[in-house]
Amino acid sequence: MNLENATAIEGFEETAPRVSEWRRFWRVFLQRRIVIFGLVVLTLLVITAIFAEGLAPYNPYKGKMIDSLQQPSSTYLLGTDIQGRDTLSRLIFGARTALLVGFVTTIIAAVFGTILGMIAGFFSGILGMIIMRIMDALMGFPMLLLALILSAVLGGGIQNVIIALGVAMVPGYARVMNGLTLSLKENDYVLAERSMGANNWRTMLRHIFPNSLAPILVLITTQLGMVILAEASLSFLGIGIKPPGAAWGAMVNAGYKYLSTNPVLSFAPGLAIMLVVFAFQLVGDGLRDALDPRLRGLL
Amino acid sequence: MPSTPGSEAYYNVRKDKKMTELLKVNNLVTQFKTESGLVKAVDGVTYHIDQQEIVGLVGESGCGKSVSQLSVMQLIRAPGEIAAGEVIFEGDNLLKYHANGPEMRAVRGAKIAMIFQEPMTSLNPVLTIGQQMTEMLDLHLKMNREAARDRAVELLGMVGIPGAENRIDDYPHHFSGGMRQRVMIAMGLSCNPRMLIADEPTTALDVTTQAQLLELMKDMVEKFRTSLVIVTHNLGVVARYAQRIYVMYAGRIVETSTTKEIFANPCHPYTIGLLKSIPRLDEEEGRKLIPIDGLPPNLINMPPTCAFLPRCSFRVDRCTKEPWPPLAEVSPGHYVSCYANTKEK
Repeated sequence: MNLENATAIEGFEETAPRVSEWRRFWRVFLQRRIVIFGLVVLTLLVITAIFAEGLAPYNPYKGKMIDSLQQPSSTYLLGTDIQGRDTLSRLIFGARTALLVGFVTTIIAAVFGTILGMIAGFFSGILGMIIMRIMDALMGFPMLLLALILSAVLGGGIQNVIIALGVAMVPGYARVMNGLTLSLKENDYVLAERSMGANNWRTMLRHIFPNSLAPILVLITTQLGMVILAEASLSFLGIGIKPPGAAWGAMVNAGYKYLSTNPVLSFAPGLAIMLVVFAFQLVGDGLRDALDPRLRGLL
Repeated sequence: MPSTPGSEAYYNVRKDKKMTELLKVNNLVTQFKTESGLVKAVDGVTYHIDQQEIVGLVGESGCGKSVSQLSVMQLIRAPGEIAAGEVIFEGDNLLKYHANGPEMRAVRGAKIAMIFQEPMTSLNPVLTIGQQMTEMLDLHLKMNREAARDRAVELLGMVGIPGAENRIDDYPHHFSGGMRQRVMIAMGLSCNPRMLIADEPTTALDVTTQAQLLELMKDMVEKFRTSLVIVTHNLGVVARYAQRIYVMYAGRIVETSTTKEIFANPCHPYTIGLLKSIPRLDEEEGRKLIPIDGLPPNLINMPPTCAFLPRCSFRVDRCTKEPWPPLAEVSPGHYVSCYANTKEK
């Protein structure tokens, strides 16, 4: 045995500089100020949504008719709508709706899309073709139109908005995951894994899925903004969250009749939508940079 | 088992001990259906591996070395398929099992393990070394987490990874190529398989590391009483460690014998060409290295005659008229597939 010898020769490799993956991730992620801005906006949004009851100065669903269409003042910071409801309070509760729809929809779409895409990519063949052609057909349909049809069939309400948007978002994840799986399964370590006696499910869960997590995570973050925008569009069109529920899109719609006299009514929720979508895109961008495997070990 | 390669006893081990056959591959045919035609990557290969034997499988790129080994493991993927033959392992024909069935999976890793060419890519980059090593122990030996971890640390120590206790939680990119191949060896042997197939295990590494790894592999398979198949295009790699050698060309075995006999008395023109093209220490100085002219044949729609014919300098009339010659015994245990008498030239 000359193992001792070999050990001594290769021992110096121990001294190679090692940067923790986690620390590198945060350093790249927080490198750009604008990403931090997005992160701050999202954090504030989440806090607002969670503590809506404590933060809102008035009941968002019931207003005093006597205070109808007030301009912003020290009593009503952002004024009131036609029913005398406080705009700020409705905005705060609207954050809850937006986030709830955004997160639940995205999670549902991501779970189903990822599973379908992974199965289609891994088994390719007939099964893969059937799944992906269905996804293509769904994708060819304009997302908003599909959501409109589904909510028209299912009726309004927050659950149906989630279902409608969820179905509309699945193909995006399936496509990305399908492509990732097709390329990942050609890797040597998948062959090595199979040569060790792992079955298909283990290979998919332990090897394909963790390796595709980064792109999927980036997709989820950017799609969150899109879902919130889509939910706003739906409720602007009158489908979706039913009155008196607070939704930003519905608030824009209700306010635009008074655009010349009370512009805050539409502008405040509109601005909120813009800011949130923007923030999600920024964070998604930052995540993409930080999770880029080409940077691994470099920064 | 004598453990000093180079000594007489090391290569004569087959004479000393009556060893039992572990693997017998009969007439294996593996083909790929491509758009331009049928490619017979492995075309009627027959060979056997004995228990605790180290066998070399030599040939140039694309001659079917790797495909034949992947066929044994039933890891050939579409458009490839095993068209004919038997793979008898411990008396059981593996080809009768479904490629992804539980019986085949129970063989892979536990009874026959494989090490691949590229250590940089054969480990999953997002899982730690420990996670990947314990996976096999959990899968085949049903070890619990602590036991599997202890075993993995022990194995890493055995293959010469310093500080295995700490390094087990590192990711593959923390390791160099040589170290990763050591990890692969440890993984390959973790379930104490009967046979280890090393598919060009040292090709991607530098020469110093190659030598260390080959020595390590030899020591490890001796310790684990495992048979070892070294697939390589480098005769130098198998010269020291293999007890027997199979030389492959264009999907067939063209010559086989003990390592000593192959080097001392090569009979097939291809083997002769291979040996002339590498430098040797045991010969006079100033000999020129002679390359083999031409290229390996395109495996699509091969002619029925000997595939080496266009590159052969020993050709006789018979070669152009008759199909590929079958393996014929020229001396005990030495089989050659050639019509020409290469000894006369």
